[in-house]
Amino acid sequence: MSEARSDSVLATRNLVRRFGGIVATNDVTFSLPSGARHALIGPNGAGKTTFVNLLSGVLSPTSGQVFLGGQDVSAWPVYRRARAGLSRTFQINQLFADFTPLETIGLALSEAHAEGAEFWRRAGTSRAVVDEAVAILEQLDLGDVMERRVGSLPYGKQRLLEIAIAVAPRPKVLLLDEPAAGVPEGEREQILEIIEALPKEMALVLIEHDMDLVFRFAKTISVLVQGALFVEGPASEVARDPRVRQVYLGESEVEHHLGAPQGAGKGGAA
Amino acid sequence: MIDTAVHASHGGESRAMAYFRERAKWRWPEVALWVAAFALAFVLPRHALLFNEIVIWALFALSLDIVLGYAGIVSLGHGAFFGLGAYVAGLLAKAGAGAGLLSDPTFGLLASAIVCGIVGYITSFLVLRGADLTRLMVTLGVALIFGELANRMAWLTGGADGLQGVMPGKILGVVEFNFMHPEYAYLYSLSVLFVLFIVARKVIHSPFGVSLRAIKGNALRAGAIGINVNRRLNGAYTMGAAYAGVAGALLAQTTAFVSLDVLDFHRSADVMLIVIFGGVGTLYGAIVGAAAFKVLYDLLAAATPQYWPFWLGLILVLLVLFVRGGIMGLLTSVYARLTGKGDAA
Repeated sequence: MSEARSDSVLATRNLVRRFGGIVATNDVTFSLPSGARHALIGPNGAGKTTFVNLLSGVLSPTSGQVFLGGQDVSAWPVYRRARAGLSRTFQINQLFADFTPLETIGLALSEAHAEGAEFWRRAGTSRAVVDEAVAILEQLDLGDVMERRVGSLPYGKQRLLEIAIAVAPRPKVLLLDEPAAGVPEGEREQILEIIEALPKEMALVLIEHDMDLVFRFAKTISVLVQGALFVEGPASEVARDPRVRQVYLGESEVEHHLGAPQGAGKGGAA
Repeated sequence: MIDTAVHASHGGESRAMAYFRERAKWRWPEVALWVAAFALAFVLPRHALLFNEIVIWALFALSLDIVLGYAGIVSLGHGAFFGLGAYVAGLLAKAGAGAGLLSDPTFGLLASAIVCGIVGYITSFLVLRGADLTRLMVTLGVALIFGELANRMAWLTGGADGLQGVMPGKILGVVEFNFMHPEYAYLYSLSVLFVLFIVARKVIHSPFGVSLRAIKGNALRAGAIGINVNRRLNGAYTMGAAYAGVAGALLAQTTAFVSLDVLDFHRSADVMLIVIFGGVGTLYGAIVGAAAFKVLYDLLAAATPQYWPFWLGLILVLLVLFVRGGIMGLLTSVYARLTGKGDAA
């Protein structure tokens, strides 16, 4: 497992996942340097979410390996990868409806501080955890709702909490699965700003359909098509790649962002 | 940056920390309930036998609430631990023949808790292997095995005749059970319930307890923030098993008898009804559920000796269909109206 794994925080080698006859992830070899600002794009059904599920351990691969900080974590369950510094958000909010945001982040932090199994102490008595939770909630514009029931919060706030819970343990790698999905146009800017303000050393992978977000955020891009890595490289190169335009991008979108030469566009973003 | 307003405090406690303390605070209805429960021994000593039975059901229901209401494991075989605890305490009391450590009821409780805790811990791995339906079957299967073992091992358990010669000694070497004074037994059981309830309440409000609620709320997210879901559930199931064992031990000691009935399936089913009746995942639901269930049962059985199961069933169906969260659901909404605040307990 030698080459180039040491400088990457997250990597895969020949990763394959089949569902019956369908190959959802097809021989993906991929490497993410520390502090990356990477976007994973591809048309619907390209296997983006399957890939994220393989990385985070929600699914186990049919074959191939996942490496976290150079260590083979292919057989590790979700919680072990999370403890090792791999955090993620979900396309559909995965929150605790009956908790308040303060309890939610407090819980995430007490797990990160390895205090989560303590049973003879009231929750909320660890000053470090509570202070940090409040700080994170305020940073993510959740300070004013932190004592309200999560299930009763507006969708935009829940979406912010979905990011907050993933960011709270200060992961080395953060996978953002369509963080702006379903968020009204006016609130997308806020989500992007929050993502841009994340610590530089945290490697970020953004799975996103919104090309505005992708091109503002990403320094590097991978394009998945039918489960396989189709093109990979710096954002500007990927955007200019004619093959990418053909299969995915919708030329007018790309021109809009990069002033690419005129061409016959076939429609908007996927 | 955290601004200083958040730190506005008494005794160095931040506002957010005060929020957590407030959530776990004792509320007056809780205090009132316990005061009333202890007062019953002196106000209505004639009914102490019934109260004692209620308390034992309440502790048994509390143990299931930990498993079902907090760990989210649906068990149809929780009676296995109740029965095992009853036999452990019964056999110890028999072996001690009314004197010495073996016959000391508190020692019997401890032994039952330990044995059931160990068995619970081991079986929790079997239970947690599957999804909901599998878990249901495993719990049911384990209970059936226990029932049949007790039946076959008649040399030890007395088989169908029941365990004879159970002679619990003095409680802590001081107070003796006295069948002329059933309120002694009631006070003994109630004290045990009270102590174990406080322990359970403390655990539920601990980081461990919060993580159980999180797992029940969303196991996928719980795993994604680094919670070893199964390990936590092993712990909760073990605790529930130990509590159930103590409940069984109380029955053996206060009735000085153990029969195969302690391992009967209906016990596992009834305790499930009580928890649902009272309110799942509320702790207090176990107590009010047990009280309501037993009182209702007695009233109906007296009023319509032949048709009481029909009426009991009807009431249960109506309650489950139309009242969210059982009796505790009702009570908490009343309490919220009274105080103009959010949820109690």
